Amino acid sequence: MIITIVVSLAKAIGLIFLIILPMVSYTVYAERRVSAMIQDRIGPNRVGIPLTLFGFPKDIPFYGLVQPIADAVKLLLKEDFTPAHVNKLYYWLAPACAMAPSMMALAVIPFGSQLWGEPMVVANVDVGVLWVFAVSSLGVYGIVLAGWSSNSKYPFLGGIRSSSQMISYELSLALSVIPIFMVCGTLNLPDIVKYQIDHGWLISPIWIKGISLFPPGINFQEIWRSIDILKIILWIPLFISFIVFVISMFAETNRLPFDLPEAETELVGGYHTEYSSMKFALFFLGEYAAMIAGAAVIVTLFFGAWHVPFLPTTLHNPYTVWGVLLGLIHITAFFVKVALLLFFFIWVRWTLPRFRYDQLMRLGWYFFIEIALVNVFIVAIILPFVPK
Amino acid sequence: MAYTISRPKLNFAEKVYLPAIITGLGITIRHFINIVTGKTKVTMQYPEEKWDKKLPPYYRGAPTLVKDEYGRERCVACQLCEFICPPRAITIHAGEIPEKDRWRKVEKFPKEFEIDMIRCIYCGLCEEVCPEQAIFLRKDYAITGLTRQEMVHNKEKLYELGGVMTGLVYKWNDKK
Amino acid sequence: MSAPTELLNVQIDGVWYQFKKGTRVIEACAQAGKFIPHYCYHPKLSSPGNCRMCLIEMGMPKTGPDRKPELGADGKPVISWIPRPQISCAQDITEGMGVRTDSSLVRECRHGVMEFLLINHPLDCPICDQAGECHLQEYSVEYGTAGSRFLEEKVKKPKRVELGPRVTLDDERCILCSRCIRFMKEIAHDDVLGFASRGSHTYLTAHPGKRLDSNYSLNTVDICPVGALTSTDFRFKMRVWFLKETKSICTSCATGCNTIVGSRENVIYRQTPRENDAVNSAWMCDYGRLNIHYVNSPDRLKFPQVREAQGLANVSWKTALAKAGEELKQFQRNSVAVVASAKMTNEELWLTKKLIDSLGTVYHDVVPRAGQADQLLMSADRNPNTLGAQLFGITSEYPGSKLREMTEKIASGEIRAVVALGEDLTQIGLAESDLKKLTALIVVGILPNETTRNASVLLPACAFSEKRGTMINIKGRLQRLNHATLAPGEARDDWEIIRDLLQQLTGSNGIYLIDDVFKEIAETIPEMTGLSFGRIGDHGVQLVEESEDAQPVAMTV
Ligand code: SF4
Ligand code: SF4
Ligand code: SF4
Ligand code: SF4
Repeated sequence: MIITIVVSLAKAIGLIFLIILPMVSYTVYAERRVSAMIQDRIGPNRVGIPLTLFGFPKDIPFYGLVQPIADAVKLLLKEDFTPAHVNKLYYWLAPACAMAPSMMALAVIPFGSQLWGEPMVVANVDVGVLWVFAVSSLGVYGIVLAGWSSNSKYPFLGGIRSSSQMISYELSLALSVIPIFMVCGTLNLPDIVKYQIDHGWLISPIWIKGISLFPPGINFQEIWRSIDILKIILWIPLFISFIVFVISMFAETNRLPFDLPEAETELVGGYHTEYSSMKFALFFLGEYAAMIAGAAVIVTLFFGAWHVPFLPTTLHNPYTVWGVLLGLIHITAFFVKVALLLFFFIWVRWTLPRFRYDQLMRLGWYFFIEIALVNVFIVAIILPFVPK
Repeated sequence: MAYTISRPKLNFAEKVYLPAIITGLGITIRHFINIVTGKTKVTMQYPEEKWDKKLPPYYRGAPTLVKDEYGRERCVACQLCEFICPPRAITIHAGEIPEKDRWRKVEKFPKEFEIDMIRCIYCGLCEEVCPEQAIFLRKDYAITGLTRQEMVHNKEKLYELGGVMTGLVYKWNDKK
Repeated sequence: MSAPTELLNVQIDGVWYQFKKGTRVIEACAQAGKFIPHYCYHPKLSSPGNCRMCLIEMGMPKTGPDRKPELGADGKPVISWIPRPQISCAQDITEGMGVRTDSSLVRECRHGVMEFLLINHPLDCPICDQAGECHLQEYSVEYGTAGSRFLEEKVKKPKRVELGPRVTLDDERCILCSRCIRFMKEIAHDDVLGFASRGSHTYLTAHPGKRLDSNYSLNTVDICPVGALTSTDFRFKMRVWFLKETKSICTSCATGCNTIVGSRENVIYRQTPRENDAVNSAWMCDYGRLNIHYVNSPDRLKFPQVREAQGLANVSWKTALAKAGEELKQFQRNSVAVVASAKMTNEELWLTKKLIDSLGTVYHDVVPRAGQADQLLMSADRNPNTLGAQLFGITSEYPGSKLREMTEKIASGEIRAVVALGEDLTQIGLAESDLKKLTALIVVGILPNETTRNASVLLPACAFSEKRGTMINIKGRLQRLNHATLAPGEARDDWEIIRDLLQQLTGSNGIYLIDDVFKEIAETIPEMTGLSFGRIGDHGVQLVEESEDAQPVAMTV
């Protein structure tokens, strides 16, 4: 019992502090660099190791990779200002509410196969996907509380926008994953991953089997057998699911083109207008953490989570060096996929203009919910014909 | 009169919006790749690279005072620049040139002439308004200091930056 | 009631107007809203008509064979225009006269006159003190050309000529309008200026052996339309366009000439007369005009001080006022004396009177200042508000008559506390040793002197340009002082100081604004019933009918 708790704690702490938090800060960095490059600029490329502080003639610029640390120090040192007119309790509570849900959502994500035989998921629960939706929809509280407790009109508008936006898109978000459960027959995320390992990633229409790198070998018969018309037909609704899911995820994480709750041009800073210093930083980080959590869910559902094609999923003895190495490769593969998705998020942000609020609502209620619903029926019709 | 603004008729591809999004994504990724591969180069790495040599002749750097080829300070303390200066960066105290001086005809000179470079917005109005061609915006742009006082350029500093300018109108000869 | 004046019909730019007989054409045009540029014409001087700037087209009613004016279709006389342009400043209007102020001939004339005036004019504007209020500049923009066609060498004339102790002349800039000459002759009655040489070489100069040293010499600087005559005091100090102009009155003598105080960033640079025919016409004396520099003195008292063992120490206002109140409360009614000043405003004097009443002392008076009166403006009484001090009962019909008794009692030690409001007690015959004997000496002042150095409580106050208030001039005219600059350091308005002293003795009295004080005065003093700062206006209000013997007798101590 105690061992289980310790192991779970180790996994949770390792995941949050070794992977997610650094990833959050470097996503911010990436956001700045990528946006700069998309706009033909360079972005933060100066902050490095400040050797001149210690009497050396030159600093080491390091591509500005130390920038997030400098940012963190700056935010920590700023005056933590609480305006007089706010509702203090909720004003203080809101930033915490913004950061925690995304961390909690990550608990059920299988971010690797195993290490020393221990499955790389903090909590292997059967209602995995539901947990993700349940917890991540709590994120709206942070925003609404911030907007309301700030007692000022821009945050208030931001809070209202955010709550209606999140509620609207949660529907299509949840509806769009139903086909996945129907296909996989489970809600448990590690099981969904397992299904994808056996039957191919859900994002891909065909799945070549029979090629292996370790041990090397090609089985042509199996390759031939892996091409299946019905599965290709089934892929169409799954792909629609994917599109709807990703777009809804943009809306859920308040990313452009759906960042209306914090539309700077309309609402000054949106719901966090009245925040400063570390409280502001928590909102900021919470947003990026939500983005990472969203990307992790997408990777898990559609991109086979930690699975690397043509590599074995387990070894007989996971305690050997090779076993550990394979486990690490899987963890890396998972986060590389997440990182690529994050790049896509950023790329989209610096390409598209913001939607108008009525367009956003119309899109959610008139299109995505309908598409997702119809999609469920289509899958239901196709599914009986597909061999297990 | 009410106007009816004609809306463009959108075809299906335009209505679904996705092709446009993909085109847009294509454009942005092209810029991204070009800058990563070094094909576009716009930014200048400032302290290492400077554009001093490429400064155009009309560049507006720090305002300075100039002397002419006779070594005469051209400013006569008319205070028009002080008047025109939008952020009120200029302060002038006038004095009278003594009767025995070589330039007695000019009569008036600036006893003190200060430009507060924290205030100056490099607009160049002082140069434009000066009836004596005495104040010019030169090419110094890196005006820095550690104290506010240091950032106030006094007369000596202004002449040091401005130096001598030749070929200007010489209007204080005794014939005019 | 004066006899109804005859009205004459005059047509100006096609419109018929009626003006009083005896109006000059240029004035009639001005009344009709048509400005005619001019240099030599000045409403308070004679018209020589020598600058030619005010040329207009003029016409007389056409007379028919019956020697009656021919009437046009509109029933008005038909005008036959004089082919040559006429000057408008030296001619009175006549019945049926026609004037064109903006015809092409007139415009061409002005253009030509401007060109001639500028032929020899130096390119001095950047160093010329007149720039910004120079008629030559203004008309040059409005009626002149941008460039000069004059290629020859300009005539050289003397520059930087010291015409007198206070006036510097630049002959090259002079446009020979003769205003200054006429002023000295007609108004100042000191005919020292004149033209010498001829043609282009004519220049202004003082007559041989004479200097422009009249006490009214600086008025020539005001009326000189260009920068030829400049004030040696103001020369090169500040460009006029920076000056904030505040309407005020001169406080150097009882005449109370109306003035404009020119200040920038809390420094007073000049004081010029403001036209008020009931007081000073358009002039003022040099003495009053230049008596402003003490306001900017670096020695000004800036902080309230109280006497401690080592001497005077800076303290807060609260402490200083509390100390003053404490000291005053100790004394029996007649062991306190109040020496006020007739340079104080009515509001200050009013509060002073209340202070005197609450102290219950009979020893109060103002310090008289006497000088030589002249025939023009200057009054023998050099205090600006003696009438106010008399009206409020600070002093008697003979200002200063009680001072002798007071000094004796101070010297003998009978009076042990003195409140000195803006006056130096050594000027009324007290020695420093007498001041040292006093138990309490509460001084309100602006500049250090023997009295302030011996004060037990020193309260820094405002100079004339730093406060609002009213004064009554020698002819019984109530006039207003306005706020032009800020007091230095922590110095406060005098009326506030006296109110606070009063409050130390009597508790709160509900006076927060100077307007409250004036309201109280207007409610109590019958002569001022119904008046307010707004009603007094820029030109003041006559309180009593002017009388020749209103002059107070100046007493010597
Ligand atoms: S450049 Fe513009 S802001 Fe700077 S001193 Fe000149 S007028 Fe003033
Ligand atoms: S405008 Fe020219 S001449 Fe006049 S004060 Fe400025 S610098 Fe001097
Ligand atoms: S008198 Fe008038 S026009 Fe002549 S230099 Fe002075 S400002 Fe200029
Ligand atoms: S000095 Fe001035 S007032 Fe006197 S004549 Fe010349 S221009 Fe006229």
